Amino acid sequence: MALDSDTVRRIAHLARVRVPEAELEPLAGELSNILTWVEQLGEVDTDDVPPMTSAVAVRLPMREDRVDDGGKAEAILSNAPEGAPGFFAVPKVIE
Amino acid sequence: MAGLTGLTLAGARAGLAAGDFTSEELTRAHLDALEETRPLNAFIAETPDHALEMARASDARRAGGQTGLLEGLPIAVKDLFCTEGVQTTAGSRILGGFAPPYESTVTANLWAEGAVMLGKTNMDEFAMGSSNMTSHYGRVENPWRAAGSNQALAPGGSSGGSAAAVAARAAPAATGTDTGGSIRQPAAFCGIVGMKPTYGRCSRWGIVAFASSLDQAGPIARTVRDSAILLRAMAGHDPKDSTSVPAPVPDYEAALTGDIRGLRIGIPAEYRLDGTPEAIAALWERGIDWLKAAGAEIVDIGLPHTKYALPAYYIVAPAEASSNLARYDGVRFGLREAGDDADLTEMYEATRGAGFGAEVRRRILIGAYVLSAGYYDAYYIKAQRVRSLIAQDFADAFGRVDAILTPTTPTAAFPLGEKMDDPIAMYLNDVFTVPASMAGLPAISVPAGLDGDGLPLGLHLIANAFKEETLFRVAGVLEAAAGFTARPGPAARA
Repeated sequence: MALDSDTVRRIAHLARVRVPEAELEPLAGELSNILTWVEQLGEVDTDDVPPMTSAVAVRLPMREDRVDDGGKAEAILSNAPEGAPGFFAVPKVIE
Repeated sequence: MAGLTGLTLAGARAGLAAGDFTSEELTRAHLDALEETRPLNAFIAETPDHALEMARASDARRAGGQTGLLEGLPIAVKDLFCTEGVQTTAGSRILGGFAPPYESTVTANLWAEGAVMLGKTNMDEFAMGSSNMTSHYGRVENPWRAAGSNQALAPGGSSGGSAAAVAARAAPAATGTDTGGSIRQPAAFCGIVGMKPTYGRCSRWGIVAFASSLDQAGPIARTVRDSAILLRAMAGHDPKDSTSVPAPVPDYEAALTGDIRGLRIGIPAEYRLDGTPEAIAALWERGIDWLKAAGAEIVDIGLPHTKYALPAYYIVAPAEASSNLARYDGVRFGLREAGDDADLTEMYEATRGAGFGAEVRRRILIGAYVLSAGYYDAYYIKAQRVRSLIAQDFADAFGRVDAILTPTTPTAAFPLGEKMDDPIAMYLNDVFTVPASMAGLPAISVPAGLDGDGLPLGLHLIANAFKEETLFRVAGVLEAAAGFTARPGPAARA
């Protein structure tokens, strides 16, 4: 699959990663090479093969749905690049 | 004290128990070695004050008759493990300044057993790389040099700082993480032992996530015994990681019986690749002879989907990475970049554009693409179906054999900076290690010889899920037969 610059711009926006305009074209080339290479999987007949869902055959455990931790707002907020007491701060989202 | 940095974990454990030296002396010796080996750039953060405080506390515990499995032993920690109050960067600019308010389960297990933290080791950004070139904190140098050359070589990656530190005797052992080969490939490049346990053996809680269905912590050390000692302390069930397995942790050291008579060792035809250097093919043959001489039965096996493991990995791992790395949004921790008039989306895009390096960006975009509407089935589901076939190949093989022997890497360490403009050539470093990762199986790299340039080469053993004891048992025999004693530096070149 060959990606063009417009597709890379769209994917980058979906992933919320700013890519400078001048880097779109070379990046499209790199990503196309990788996608072309992974497409060799098309050679494998997987019609009756279920997709793998777990690396090791174990059942996920169930537990009671109850709060067992909390009260750590200060610790959680301690690494925020911007904040007000008790809150994370983000740019204004409502006019 | 001189000589303390040459000790293995087992040797240091015996010396501490005998009262030959204290943990503080042992720790100081390694802190000095950290300083001397600084040009390697193996550490993102040295934590000497923290280390000495932990060492003194350990000496006090020992005086009081209390000793854990790793009592007083200094350990380096890959900077992917969250350490409470100590910066944890994952090698990325986007986590600059992040000091976790909690401790990862694996490192908490180490400290509970008495270990001492020397510092946080350098790594490829978010564990994505095989060279340690993608770290925001600069490249790591392999302590080894080719004979007659002073060209700096890659230590491998992503746990390259851990491997370089252990090979250079700055730390007796270190933690690593392995998603597709990130413990085993750098161990092979640096002439030491690297072991990835079964998926689920070690808790992933508090380890910065790359690809959650593949990531697994493991030991990096200079001997098989030391790897067994370290894994026992790292492993164990953790209710905070639902994929961690509620099974007791065996005494892996007890598995080192030296006796592999009657074990069946599989040799997969598909790992014989065109273009493999003669020295690696020859070393593999020697490994087969060593195990045969020790009484193992050698069995030719087939793992027919081997060649598809790497391309399937480069769909599954980036897909999971793009999802995991969505959390770096400039709001809750780490870097934030935005102009005064930026709206929320612009803030996200500016932060992530500035915070991620080229390889991480590449994988996020590949992942976002293969998960996007219209492509999900063709790429992601297809890769997960192929992954089932790879796991089935191993399941079939382990019906006939106890362990599988292969080379660890298709080349010895390459010059720093090479392969950076060709992502697929870089990805091919992991061609022998990725299949076991895709199947969640335990595997180990043991230093087994030198190539014509005097650079170390590893042999790789894979065992069935939760058969770490078999793995250690065979690895111990392989190690003894190989008798690898070469060390980096002038002695190795003599």
